[in-house]
Amino acid sequence: MKNSLPLVMFILLVILLAVGLELDPREVPSPYIGKPAPSFDLPSLADSSVTINPEEMKGKVWLLNVWASWCGACRAEHQVLNRLVKNHKIDIVGLNYKDRDSKAKQWLEDLGDPYVSVAVDRQGLSGIDWGVYGVPETFIIDQQGIIQYKNIGPVTQYDIENTIIPLISSLQQEISR
Amino acid sequence: MRKWLGILLLTLSSFQLHAAIEIYQFDQPKQEELYMQMIDELRCLVCQNQNLSASNAALAKDLRKQTYQMVTSGQSHEQIVDYMTQRYGDFVLYRPPVKASTALLWFGPFILLLIGIMVLIFTLKKRNELNDEQLSNAEHEQIKQLLDSGEK
Amino acid sequence: MIPEIGQAALIIAFALALIQASLPLVGAQIGKPRWVNLATPVARGQLLFIVIAYACLSYSFLVNDFSVRYVASTSNTALPLIYKISGVWGAHEGSLLLWALLLSAWTVVVSIFSKSIPKIMLARVISVMGMISVGFISFMLFTSNPFIRLFPAPIDGRSLNPLLQDFGLAIHPPMLYMGYVGFSVAFAFSIAAMIDGKLDAAWARWVRPWTNIAWVFMTLGIALGSWWAYYELGWGGWWFWDPVENASLMPWLVGTALIHSLAVTEKRAAFKSWTVLLAIFSFSLSLLGTFLVRSGVLTSVHAFATDPARGVFILVFLVIVVGGSLVLFSWRASSLRSVGQFAPVSRETGLLFNNVILVTMAGTVLLGTLYPLVLDALGVGKISVGPPYFNQVMVFLAVPLYLLMGFGLFLRWKKDSVSRIKTKIIIPLSLALVAGVLLPLFLAPEQNGLTFIGLISASWVALAALLWLLNSTVSPFKLPASTWGAVIAHIGMAVTVTGITLTSIYSHEKDVRLAPGEFYQVGDYQFRLIGVKEIRRDNYIAYQGIVEASESGKHLVLMHPEKRTYNQSSMPMTEAAIDAGLFRDLFVALGEPLGAGSWSLRIYHKPFVRWIWMGALIMAFGGLLAAADKRYRRFRPHKKAVV
Repeated sequence: MKNSLPLVMFILLVILLAVGLELDPREVPSPYIGKPAPSFDLPSLADSSVTINPEEMKGKVWLLNVWASWCGACRAEHQVLNRLVKNHKIDIVGLNYKDRDSKAKQWLEDLGDPYVSVAVDRQGLSGIDWGVYGVPETFIIDQQGIIQYKNIGPVTQYDIENTIIPLISSLQQEISR
Repeated sequence: MRKWLGILLLTLSSFQLHAAIEIYQFDQPKQEELYMQMIDELRCLVCQNQNLSASNAALAKDLRKQTYQMVTSGQSHEQIVDYMTQRYGDFVLYRPPVKASTALLWFGPFILLLIGIMVLIFTLKKRNELNDEQLSNAEHEQIKQLLDSGEK
Repeated sequence: MIPEIGQAALIIAFALALIQASLPLVGAQIGKPRWVNLATPVARGQLLFIVIAYACLSYSFLVNDFSVRYVASTSNTALPLIYKISGVWGAHEGSLLLWALLLSAWTVVVSIFSKSIPKIMLARVISVMGMISVGFISFMLFTSNPFIRLFPAPIDGRSLNPLLQDFGLAIHPPMLYMGYVGFSVAFAFSIAAMIDGKLDAAWARWVRPWTNIAWVFMTLGIALGSWWAYYELGWGGWWFWDPVENASLMPWLVGTALIHSLAVTEKRAAFKSWTVLLAIFSFSLSLLGTFLVRSGVLTSVHAFATDPARGVFILVFLVIVVGGSLVLFSWRASSLRSVGQFAPVSRETGLLFNNVILVTMAGTVLLGTLYPLVLDALGVGKISVGPPYFNQVMVFLAVPLYLLMGFGLFLRWKKDSVSRIKTKIIIPLSLALVAGVLLPLFLAPEQNGLTFIGLISASWVALAALLWLLNSTVSPFKLPASTWGAVIAHIGMAVTVTGITLTSIYSHEKDVRLAPGEFYQVGDYQFRLIGVKEIRRDNYIAYQGIVEASESGKHLVLMHPEKRTYNQSSMPMTEAAIDAGLFRDLFVALGEPLGAGSWSLRIYHKPFVRWIWMGALIMAFGGLLAAADKRYRRFRPHKKAVV
């Protein structure tokens, strides 16, 4: 009946809004999932004459963690990362984003250094290339250099156990299959 | 929930409530026009309810600089849009692209209007038909009465 | 102690609202006059206790009672008095209390000005408004209580966002809420009519003034928000199609359709089910707006403390109120059959067409606002829909609307002919074409097709409205207030359209670097930076620029843009310097120090921007006139209803 049309449309609207309550409108998913990781040639924090490039990490599954000493949430996730590398054989490359070398080094001394190497992105240009819009962010890249996952915001123990470890395991198994 | 705390903290610390004022020089007015258009159409990813023109977030500053460099190196509207969407997806565009998934968005208003007009015409026609029927029923009655009274 | 009194008052108000929502309605159905007669006194009782609750909360603000969590999070001892008063509605919980207060007040006012409304209908109306009161009060009591205490109480509160320490923004929510709440009156009357199973011209005559007044407040509220954004946010914009702005525009658009539909229902007893549906839609959109702003479903500049839990509550409330009314509509709309006849060319058809466009515009705004959510929910990805989309599609829809706004006024009720119309419109249409094309050709710095379209539309609407006055058979001064109101409101719309067209196309904006003594030229205007100094006030320190504006070499005014840092927050804020004028605004905002005394400045020349809000004021005045028409104040005692 024609008079029920408004009611039907309203019900559809309510369903949409109910679904919307579960979603986060602020989250910007990465368009790089399933695509090759963008390249960079950045100086290493430890020794600025050494250059770091994602090419070097091909052949293994690795994490890129974007962090900065001025970032409060990075503090929160840092212990989670320390624990991760202590308990698992996983390589994390740090991307030090718009920071100062001295501050960054001090920060790692104080809080621990889980990184195999840290690339310094002083201007934030490589961050833009990777679609970074906040700090911290963490990417999982596979053996072929394809980005498989992006974690927006600090990595929590829950994320480690439920998403990151399982994903890395399945990626690593694929190579041995 | 804790995930977003980080973003939230970052957002609050960088959200400054005033327009970003930067001095960029352009050799060609067309380039300046393109720059102004781009920073109006691109969404800030940190202060997500402002365009790049209004936002003073650090990322917005960086992206405006990028846009400036692309514009002055002669890149076109499409090329700059591609650069941004490659990195941030369609979310960064305040003018949604016209593709299959947004067809309903772009053509919707026009379709809605058409449907409205058609419903209007249909309802009007139906109403006039009904009224015509009623008229002829009434006329029928009149005729019948006339005939009846005439027969007496 | 006081907050607890407020809390208790709120609970009592809740109980009274429950009674108000149920007994009169049931009593009207099953024939219990005693229950029917409860409606007005119970509504007044509810108002009394809501006022007590509101007074208690206000008192807590005024005496700096930071043991109340809401006061601690929105106020501060250093806050000026006026902002302590307006701070009561400055955040989520308090704004709900304001909603409830205004709703309760409207209910009582309706009960007072209702001598000619049958008791049964009035009882149903008051009950329905009571149901809405129940919703808002329970929302507060269960999820958003303004009276929650904080132990231990902080010594001082967190200050109000400095953006909110502004008169324009302070007055904007009450205006808007008066509009949202006002539409609940038409809604309640529609529910009552559907329960009754009939609706006549008298019903429309009762509903029209309330709806016009609600519309007036919505118009003012939206205009205030736009004006505030312009002078406060520092980037010269006045409408950004932010979800919360859209949430107020949608009920306004449908409300406009409603007041036109009501005109037809009153005059011709036609459009009955359309009117009822529009009344349901306008209030539903008001509630939807409440949901969108507080649930976190959409990002918005305005977002109150968003919380999905609160979102669920409002959604359930929406389902009950809107869903319930639409179920009633699908069941009872057929009993509201209109039998009025009208020809394809008639004012009725014109108004129907007008409403189709207005509803399409509202639907378009809804589509654009919710589309990102649709795609996200379907897992297709995330997009943004912003001003480039809305500006494009809304202009496309607005042009036929303005054409119709002109034509409609020439059409006769019931039956008209195209040939008769042709003779009537030829002169105003030609005049509009001339005005819309010649004026920009001679006066505008450059030509643009949109200028022609905008100015032709505006002139056409204004001329048609004026001619309606002048063409009538009686002297214009003998015409009723409602006709004058309509004419003035239409002219107001034309003024707004002119402002929007000219400012959108001919505004000039530039970021410049000036050293003291240097100047920047825009057309005939020169802006010379004299210097920048530091100043200190009660609750902020600031850099104050001194800029001399001149026109054609002659000194015009000294402008003082400021960059303030408030004591309570580290957020620096721009106070732009605006030299307002009837035909243009000059706008200067202070940027950053660039060394050696140079500063970056943003300079705007915005022609005709004030016309946007002046037009809105004119529209509001027109609406008020229409509501004040004598025929709504004639009290015809109705036959005492046999219950």
